[in-house]
Amino acid sequence: MGASEYEVREGLFYSKEHEWLKVEKGQVRVGITDYAQDKLGDVVYVELPVVGRKVKQIGEPKNRDMELGAVESVKAVSTVYSPISGTVKEVNSTLQERPEIINTSPYDEGWICVVVPEDLDKEIKTLMDAKAYSEYLKNLG
Amino acid sequence: MMNYHQARWICESCLEPLIFEMGNKGGSRGILLPRGVGAEINIPEKMLRKSLNIPELSQPEVVRHYTRLSQMNFCVDTGFYPLGSCTMKYNPKVNEELADLDEVANIHPDQDEGTVQGALEIMYRLERLLCEITGMSKMCLQPSAGAHGEFLGMLLVRAYFRARGETRKEVIIPDSAHGTNFASAGMAGFNVVVVPSNNRGRVDLEALRAAVSEKTAALMMTNPNTLGLFEDEILEISKMVHDAGGLLYYDGANLNGIIGKARPGDMGFDIVHLNLHKTFSTPHGGGGPGSGPVGVAEKLEEFLPVPVIEYDEEQGRFWLNYNRPHSIGKIKSFFGNFGVLVKAYAYILSMGADGLKEAAEAAVINANYLMHKLADGKSFKVNYDGPCKHEVVLSAEPLKRETGVTARDVVKRLLDFGLHPPTYYFPPIVPEALMIEPTETESKEELDRFIAAMKAVAQEARTDPGRVKAAPTATAIGRLDETRASREPILSWRMYQRLKPK
Repeated sequence: MGASEYEVREGLFYSKEHEWLKVEKGQVRVGITDYAQDKLGDVVYVELPVVGRKVKQIGEPKNRDMELGAVESVKAVSTVYSPISGTVKEVNSTLQERPEIINTSPYDEGWICVVVPEDLDKEIKTLMDAKAYSEYLKNLG
Repeated sequence: MMNYHQARWICESCLEPLIFEMGNKGGSRGILLPRGVGAEINIPEKMLRKSLNIPELSQPEVVRHYTRLSQMNFCVDTGFYPLGSCTMKYNPKVNEELADLDEVANIHPDQDEGTVQGALEIMYRLERLLCEITGMSKMCLQPSAGAHGEFLGMLLVRAYFRARGETRKEVIIPDSAHGTNFASAGMAGFNVVVVPSNNRGRVDLEALRAAVSEKTAALMMTNPNTLGLFEDEILEISKMVHDAGGLLYYDGANLNGIIGKARPGDMGFDIVHLNLHKTFSTPHGGGGPGSGPVGVAEKLEEFLPVPVIEYDEEQGRFWLNYNRPHSIGKIKSFFGNFGVLVKAYAYILSMGADGLKEAAEAAVINANYLMHKLADGKSFKVNYDGPCKHEVVLSAEPLKRETGVTARDVVKRLLDFGLHPPTYYFPPIVPEALMIEPTETESKEELDRFIAAMKAVAQEARTDPGRVKAAPTATAIGRLDETRASREPILSWRMYQRLKPK
């Protein structure tokens, strides 16, 4: 499958670990990308963060403070890292009953959580826009 | 190519039923129990069951049932089993003979030490041999699996730093590691820091340098790693971790690639776990319990679980020492899976030091032969250059790109050739991974048969991809719905009963 066959949505911001971030009023919504769900395969379980949890933006080396939870598929368990520092405000509890919506609707129904960011203006500059992310996927091959 | 078809026992329209679905309530018996046990047993009235739902079958019915099930199974004794990282080598039958001896099989762990001197001696001598093989100072034989050994190793790390009054909360693990490493460190209360691999498939030294600090309790490593590659910068890595005051943990899953050739202790590892059921040829993967002994360097000896087996030279007897004040305590009932220990001991003695070395050499040559024959770049490729150790990780990405046939489809089709599939989709850092570990016990003819099957499947992916995607069809059971099995697991007879259509 070529990189162009994965949906990359305009207006969102992307991390190198394939999380997306959508800026809303005073908060951001976070999920995993179409590429990520395809590579994982059928999702069977999603571990959600606790509301109120403080997270740090993903960086190297990665550590627990940057984790938002995990997505488990028949192939692997993959950590979901936070593309932004802040506090978890809301989680998508529908995922507990219907984890498969991450596969069918990664950008809409399958969102993972809402975070109130600490320093959005500064941190968002470290993320990719849709064009840069498409380019990034192409280079992954 | 062999024309393979697995036995498929069908009763009416269903596969061989479960034993609970068989027989009638007519009082058939497979065996007559002795009347009474010769002792007065007082079981409280409320704990006595009024009825017992156990199958009532005659002996031939029971024997036929299990023989049929075994015919619908696949095992090392029926065919090639290149399940990467699992070291499914042939298990010599002499191991079983020795473990079946009356003095081995029919003793009880509560027996007086004086009556089981032979058993204690076997464990004592095995412990010494394993220390010699790994370069460790002392070993605990109790853990019942590799992951159990890892967990014990992490508890020892915790005890070590607690005794030194240090608080170190981080365990560093490479991204190529087995999933159990992350779980074991987490279970023992550590935070896991993941370091990426470099473009040679080894631990990235710069990333490791950035991750190592005064918070580092340990680095967990598998060497050769899960890509089948030897971590050739291990001496620099161990110096880096030791300079920061941390410990080095060796995951012994892949010891088969270097046994007799190199020792974890000489590489700087402080704690080692072994998988006797892999490297030392005892049945596993449904065929028997495991055994995951843990060895340590001298500075960690005092924390090992009790009891420790010792030899009293003056009295010429072996004994169990429970008096070890710094021990972390017990981690398993009694002394470990004794039968497995006996088989591993038999294996080491029958192979001898030179034999073990030759085993590692043959395992490595076999894996490289497969790599050389299969990594053509058109169907399968290797993502990292150079020779491998005991296993090769191929990527089926070229084939998937060209035909849409995935690594999963390929391995399912191999079943139709009477071959056990390799491990697939692991390690996760290789897309469309096929992790193939032939082991030393396969002949060139068997390897050639596997190569021919892989090539036939790749060819078929181009001419008749639907055939590959529909596989397996020559097995007792076709392709399983893995997603549904994970989302709605049926884990017990009771769950099955509830879900069965009335």
